[in-house]
Amino acid sequence: MRGNRILGIIFSNLHEKLISEITERRTMGAVPFGGRYRLIDFPLSNMVNSGINKVGVLTKSNYQSLVDHLGTGKAWDLSRQRDGLFVLPPFMDPSDYANRVSTFHSIMPFLTNSSEEYVVISDCDVVCNIDYQKVFAKHVENNADITLIYKRDVLPARLHDPMVLSFDAKGKVTDVLVNPSISGTCSYYMNMMMIKRELLIELVNKCVSKNTMNFKRDMIQAEYNNLNIYGYEFKGFAPVITSPAEYFNANMSLMDSEVRADLFSRGDRPIYTKVRDDMPAKYGLDSKVKNSLIGSGCVIDGEVENCVLFKGVHIGKGTKVSNCVIMQDTKIGENSNLNYVIVDKDVTVRDGKTLAGEASYPVYVSKLSIV
Amino acid sequence: MYPKQEVVAMLLAGGQGSRLGVLTQKLAKPAVPFGGKYRIIDFPLSNCVNSGIEAVGVLTQYQPLVLNEYVGSGQPWDLDGMNSGVSVLSPYQQIKGTDWYTGTANAIYQNISYIDRYNPDYVVILSGDHIYKMDYSKMIAFHKENNADCTIAVIDVPLAEASRFGIMNTNPDGSIYEFEEKPKHPKSTNASMGIYVFSWDRLRKYLIEDESEEGSEHDFGKNVLPRMLEDGQRMFAYQFEGYWKDVGTIDSLWEANMDLLDPNVPLDLMDESWKIYSRNPVVPPQYVADTAKIQNSLIGDGCDIAGELEFSILFSNVVVKPGAVVESSIIMPGCVIEEGAVVRFAIVSENTVIGKNAVVGARPEDIENKDEWGIAVVGDNLRIGAGAKVAPKAMIAEDIEEVE
Repeated sequence: MRGNRILGIIFSNLHEKLISEITERRTMGAVPFGGRYRLIDFPLSNMVNSGINKVGVLTKSNYQSLVDHLGTGKAWDLSRQRDGLFVLPPFMDPSDYANRVSTFHSIMPFLTNSSEEYVVISDCDVVCNIDYQKVFAKHVENNADITLIYKRDVLPARLHDPMVLSFDAKGKVTDVLVNPSISGTCSYYMNMMMIKRELLIELVNKCVSKNTMNFKRDMIQAEYNNLNIYGYEFKGFAPVITSPAEYFNANMSLMDSEVRADLFSRGDRPIYTKVRDDMPAKYGLDSKVKNSLIGSGCVIDGEVENCVLFKGVHIGKGTKVSNCVIMQDTKIGENSNLNYVIVDKDVTVRDGKTLAGEASYPVYVSKLSIV
Repeated sequence: MYPKQEVVAMLLAGGQGSRLGVLTQKLAKPAVPFGGKYRIIDFPLSNCVNSGIEAVGVLTQYQPLVLNEYVGSGQPWDLDGMNSGVSVLSPYQQIKGTDWYTGTANAIYQNISYIDRYNPDYVVILSGDHIYKMDYSKMIAFHKENNADCTIAVIDVPLAEASRFGIMNTNPDGSIYEFEEKPKHPKSTNASMGIYVFSWDRLRKYLIEDESEEGSEHDFGKNVLPRMLEDGQRMFAYQFEGYWKDVGTIDSLWEANMDLLDPNVPLDLMDESWKIYSRNPVVPPQYVADTAKIQNSLIGDGCDIAGELEFSILFSNVVVKPGAVVESSIIMPGCVIEEGAVVRFAIVSENTVIGKNAVVGARPEDIENKDEWGIAVVGDNLRIGAGAKVAPKAMIAEDIEEVE
């Protein structure tokens, strides 16, 4: 059932520098993933599937492809008479969105004009299917001020300013470390939280008035003794996109049927995305496809192994692509050979070309290139 | 007041399609899935939109639920305008009583008020059981050029097949002087495609007259068109060139699907300039496993393929388990083909499970008596038990138990 107790906020622009090649012409949220999705589809679908009716998407710059993708929000059922999708670019100056606290401060009218009691906040760097209703139930049960969603695992390499948490037996946060040197399993924050809307407003105003603008240090670390901050452990599949190699690995992990079931086959919690209405994928007479995820509208006349092919990709005769992520509408000609390559959108690879990277360092070919 | 629409299209979608047997048990023929993601009605609806027609009435009668839900607001075809778009028109109660649509002409007659509110100059009558791409605006331009009262689209068919169609015999200027319904000795090969353009004021008058005529079947082909010809109205044949297929039978439905796999057939679904629009399921991309072998097939989103596919069309969310073989078949959404099952020359309707090692259909070359061969059809939401056999040409409407 849908309700209006929770407001959703998505930061679509953070962590972009970690995959700077892929985000050169788009925000983090608009990064293509998994054969047909964009990263923002995951937090957005999670919110909608948790009954959230009103979602604000914060975006700082380079947001044309994001806005094109989101449209009116129809694909997520967020094109609504009441509430729905709100795209919130900076009002005047991108520096308003210099950090998380100042971003909250510059959308203060959106926060104060909303009537929802709680806010769920998520970034776009974690790919997962999470039920925020469960987080909400825990949040209420704990009478928490803030619930931080975390994962217990080895800290992902290159995670920016990781926040590592410790808890008491009831799950209340007892220690907060930002950017610690730590090895082995720990509980790291997944850049997703639930907070009371009025408390968020109060904390943001407090930080701004003192000019202490670091979200993790000044809003969480400095406050956890004064507030009821709880953790919520997420146990599902949740890779963090911290580098091109991690982006590549996260795509490749979709070859595992359990991962696909965890992410996509959750009955009433599908991942929505803008659809383009392509024809079904077409496999030619000489095609050989193994262990690959294939988007609609693909035309495959060559050999494909261990690849993620987005919609509308063409693979010519005599061509072999292995271990590649190939984004939408890229056309690969005949008798070419690609191994460990991330090929962005609308690329043309002519006949008889060879491109090869390594598992630890996939080669990246940027949007609209001609090879 | 509605803004005037120069052209209104009326799509006859009420037919049962009884020759499709189990496939149309629970849905109207235009709602039958086609081509790995479409439904038949996507073709005329997309043709309308691509031809610039903004007002489309869809006349439903037989099993309308799936069709109504599918057409919905018309949004996938951009037919959800503020003052135009698609309207589903079902029979309704009137002061003088309740009538089903008793014939094609009667269906339009009962919806004269729908057409009138757009005050159109022309009305296009379409049927919901053909697979083709056609620019109706060219046909309407032809109609205007000839100052015609009625224009009938025709396609050149082989002489041997002409006796299956309504044949239009024309003068050198394209005007029609004679209709022959399924003639034994056809004089020409101009077969009617069931697509008509009428000047609305003229059609309106003939519909009203036809309605009060005793003994009329209220059918365009049998009553209205012959009467107009008799009265000396200007009637023209518009020659259509391109792919067109009536998918009213199991064989023709199967063939039209297979045509999508034939590069020599001029029905290009990839052509962005004349796109066929449809509703899209919310499912992940298809996954092809290590054990899969796929040759010349069309596969929808969300499929999970670990078996062998050849010359087949798979709709969304079909699972083909390792060791299963699907050949020259059409598998509709949500079906599961279990390990070792063999499906050949068959149509399997939605959400049906073909159990382990079951055999459905056969290759024509493996059957001695050619009269016994045909496309095997399995209905929707059934379970064909492990090891069971479905003969070629069979039409299955109930579960089949496991065979030891």
